[in-house]
Amino acid sequence: MNFVNIILIPLVPLAVFLLLGIFNQKIKPSVSGYIGVAGLLVSTLLSLNTAYQYFFVNGKADGVYQTFVEKTVWMNFTDTLAIDMGVQIDPISVMMLLVVSIVSLMVHIYSRGYMKGDDGYTKFFAFLSLFSFSMYGLVLATNLFQIYIFWELVGVSSYLLIGYYYTKPSAVSAAKKAFIVTRFADLGFLIGILIMGFYTGTYDFETLNNPEGSAILNWASTSFMGLSVLTWALILIFIGGAGKSAMFPLHIWLPDAMEGPTPVSALIHAATMVVAGVFLVARLFPMFYFVEEGFALNIVAYVGAFSSLFAAIIAITQTDIKRVLAFSTMSQLGYMMLALGVSGYEGHEGLGYMASMFHLFTHAMFKALLFLCAGSVIHAVHSNYLKDMGGLRKYMPITNITFLIAALAIAGVPPFAGFFSKDEILVAAFEHNKLIYFVGVFVAGLTAFYMFRIYFGIFWGKDTKYEHKPHESPISMTFPLLFLALLSIIGGFIPFSEFVTADKAGFEAHLNYPLAAIAVGVGLIGIALAWIFYKKENDLANKMVNFFGPVYQWTSDKFYFDEIYLFITKKILFDRVSAPIAKFDKKYVDGTMVGIGNKTVLTSEKIKGMQSGKVQDYAFAFIAGVVIIALVFIYLWTD
Amino acid sequence: MDILSLFILVPIITILALVFTKGLKQARIVSMIGSLIQFGMAINLVFAYFKERATNSDIMVFIRDVVWFKDFNIHYNIGVDGISVTLLLLTAIVVLAGVFISWKMKDLPKEFFVSLIVLSIGVYGFFISLDLFTMFVFFEIAVIPMYLLIGIWGTGPKEYSAMKLTLMLMGASAVLLVAILGIYFNSNADGGALTFNILEIAKVNIPFEVQKLFFPLTFIGFAVIGALFPFHTWSPDGHASAPTAVSMLHAGVLMKLGGYGVFRVAMYLLPEGAQYWSWFFIILATIGVIYGAFSAIKQTDLKYINAYSSVSHLGLVLFALLMLNKTAWNGAILQSLSHGFMTALFFALIGMIYERTHTRDVRKLGGLLKVIPFISAIYVIAGLASLGLPGFSGFVAEMNIFVGAFEHEDMFYRIATVVSVSAIVVTAVYILRVVGIMLMGPVVNEGFLTLEKVTWYEKLGILLLLIPIVGMGVAPLWLSDMILESLHPFIQGVL
Repeated sequence: MNFVNIILIPLVPLAVFLLLGIFNQKIKPSVSGYIGVAGLLVSTLLSLNTAYQYFFVNGKADGVYQTFVEKTVWMNFTDTLAIDMGVQIDPISVMMLLVVSIVSLMVHIYSRGYMKGDDGYTKFFAFLSLFSFSMYGLVLATNLFQIYIFWELVGVSSYLLIGYYYTKPSAVSAAKKAFIVTRFADLGFLIGILIMGFYTGTYDFETLNNPEGSAILNWASTSFMGLSVLTWALILIFIGGAGKSAMFPLHIWLPDAMEGPTPVSALIHAATMVVAGVFLVARLFPMFYFVEEGFALNIVAYVGAFSSLFAAIIAITQTDIKRVLAFSTMSQLGYMMLALGVSGYEGHEGLGYMASMFHLFTHAMFKALLFLCAGSVIHAVHSNYLKDMGGLRKYMPITNITFLIAALAIAGVPPFAGFFSKDEILVAAFEHNKLIYFVGVFVAGLTAFYMFRIYFGIFWGKDTKYEHKPHESPISMTFPLLFLALLSIIGGFIPFSEFVTADKAGFEAHLNYPLAAIAVGVGLIGIALAWIFYKKENDLANKMVNFFGPVYQWTSDKFYFDEIYLFITKKILFDRVSAPIAKFDKKYVDGTMVGIGNKTVLTSEKIKGMQSGKVQDYAFAFIAGVVIIALVFIYLWTD
Repeated sequence: MDILSLFILVPIITILALVFTKGLKQARIVSMIGSLIQFGMAINLVFAYFKERATNSDIMVFIRDVVWFKDFNIHYNIGVDGISVTLLLLTAIVVLAGVFISWKMKDLPKEFFVSLIVLSIGVYGFFISLDLFTMFVFFEIAVIPMYLLIGIWGTGPKEYSAMKLTLMLMGASAVLLVAILGIYFNSNADGGALTFNILEIAKVNIPFEVQKLFFPLTFIGFAVIGALFPFHTWSPDGHASAPTAVSMLHAGVLMKLGGYGVFRVAMYLLPEGAQYWSWFFIILATIGVIYGAFSAIKQTDLKYINAYSSVSHLGLVLFALLMLNKTAWNGAILQSLSHGFMTALFFALIGMIYERTHTRDVRKLGGLLKVIPFISAIYVIAGLASLGLPGFSGFVAEMNIFVGAFEHEDMFYRIATVVSVSAIVVTAVYILRVVGIMLMGPVVNEGFLTLEKVTWYEKLGILLLLIPIVGMGVAPLWLSDMILESLHPFIQGVL
């Protein structure tokens, strides 16, 4: 492997970030867009080259994909424990390189059109490059601490980009919320890393993940409250992953994150950063699978399945198209998590793992496409809300077609990409856990329904009277749409199971026709229902809303999780913890110190009368003192 | 003249030169030249240290020993190891940045700069002293000018704050003096002569009973200036009233004397006492970490927010020192450095904002990113550094502390560690809250639209402080290894 080329993949965007960040005021917007795109183009070409070299030329030995690591010490903790910086090349990191490169490049190109004329154009590209750098660093990480470092950096890029429209209070609070909720999750991640490092003596993925290594073999040696400490560590690490991947109940930041510019939502909050949690579990998959017979992995499966269902239900009722897509992302991330959760390790047993990675790949393409289409629509009608849209197919043909392709892909209609990956997830679930399988099938139906609800709502239905006649977006925006649409069509035909598997050996996956038929059937039912409800303007939808009444209201208010969090932070942490502490500090802690000072002054006021300056007083005190001392001595000596 | 004594001599010469200056322009030029020389010397010292270290494996290098007061065996005994070298560099940088930030000092500039530099003499002297008594003298030299600097050049209830700060620190000094004398009178436990020499005393087996008695006194004596809960209340009021450069120097450097003293004197000379008492002070330090962070959430004055943030961050220094292992200690020293740069940067920025808007109340500020983008962007960066973002010094320090603390297998220490780690979330809350209210959002006051842009001397001051923060955060290896190596003899004393 040529590591120089690989190391350049993250470093080029970093250089672009520094260049654009430092000379923010000096560089003309038109130039900075090109610099950003050029930087990412270099990284993309290098990634493609790496993928080609790895998958087709020299990655395999004895039919198994090898792991290549190149690293250097970044900081020493003790003689044996250190943080390394480096790159690890194995199937999932190479696959992620491709995902990040393709989506990021498309988003860069798209942004040149979308952000045109914006005040902070240069700053925007600087932040995008910062994000790309951090994300590359994350996927290439060789150890837990390195991944944590880049984990935080993608978090902060996300913060900066959500808060990009910083004069808008809602964007500011959304950015803050995203950062703090994920930071809370990262607290778990960090403690998990500390436990892992202490008990296994290493942070290296290579060493940790070795099925014959001491970390996995000795999982039972130390336990805490009935579970292996490593299980605890894995659960805590998964909390970190759940925070980034917006799993229930840490999902509340993702819908609000839609306050950011739409290309950002496509890149960060749909295709790349939010899959970091899934990637993390996949990265530590052998540990999750072998330690305590997969106890932690079961948690992953159920959390994923529940989040997937929960988000799909909420997505049906949202009226802001970006929020529908946000909940859809959460739901699909749940899908990936549940696929990992039901996966085995060797050969065909590892179908879930492979399906999860496959879905991660295809989802990145079609979800980024959906967001970019949504951006194109929002760009044209200047609103996020479904009520302001309708009949747009006439004005925006390219957006219409590409959105339809993406919607078919996510709905799992063959031969689009989502069909293949989703089918494999369902097969894996069917083979291991029937309950999760049924949840998966139901969610597939819901997905098709809510996606076509917004598709019909935007492009068909009533012909809204627009103030300015909407028009198709410029070529810089439609090119990425077409490119991603192409990938959403053909992406499914990649024989993923030969490249990306849990044991890295590869196997042949076949379509399971009965299960595929069920999944497609459910998807088509969802689409058909959406057709009936939303294709033409009618009041069926309103009737359903009335029929469900309060249930609809709860769902539309996202089951009040925002309010619960707000209550905990504002009412409990701020008003019941923070404010009393601040008051306590002023009144008692400081009060005591001031009190001591005042007492000293008072005492001195009282006794200063003794220094009267009259000779008689001093003489009296002197004689009294002598008498007292004499008495004491006499008393002591007469024993 | 040896390389270390120059750190005392150059400021004295600067002060003498300042006496002959007239007006602000001359005073600031002289101070700048003086601190630039100091800065150059500090950088030179780092290289000289590496060179000397290659051939010299003593605990301390560049030692110079002159008898100062024969009857009590008091020496002017100086020397440095990797830890004091880095702290000297920190001091030199903060003083220089402080001079730049005070470029437009209006009232009594000459006297201001003289006091500032006197203060720095105390700090330099403290960091190079190897003699307890001399160290104590320098400690007092550093504390006294504070009273004048706040009382004369301060704002708000400055007399009250100056008095409170001085009295509390003096109270601590009194306790400390008792402890130092206690150590001194037991330094002949092995039959040698009484001595104040730290390296000598470390070789003596001071009886456990004595250690048990004097460790808390030493610890509290030093830790008050390191903002140990519940003795931290001088710090918010003091900082709020102090002029910008003084806040910078005080929070950036002076408060580091606490942790350094605890490490150099309390831990090194009284290791058994440290082990005996660590559980108790761990409780106070942990409370400080979390309590400071929660208090900061509800403050409205920028300087109070930063002061409470310091309570939290420096609580972590004491917390790490009490963990009594190498990784945590390394973290403590790194955190001292990191906090020194960060908090100085914060106070500098707060000063700039205050000078322009005439308020430090976050509720009255808003949308500053739009009007003073450079200062605001740096504030965001400083905030991110302060909440422990990787790539900045705070992360490096905190990770050492947490990994080190986690090595303590005792359940009680583990719980304390988890509680302290959770401060990273609370820190994010108060930092982002300020950033959100003050820098982002719409511009709240029309008067802000005409605010003066950042000036060159302010930029210089900012960059001086920002570069080390980023440098430590991006490439910590050389620094952390240098400190680790110097910690070695100290940790052996504890084990």
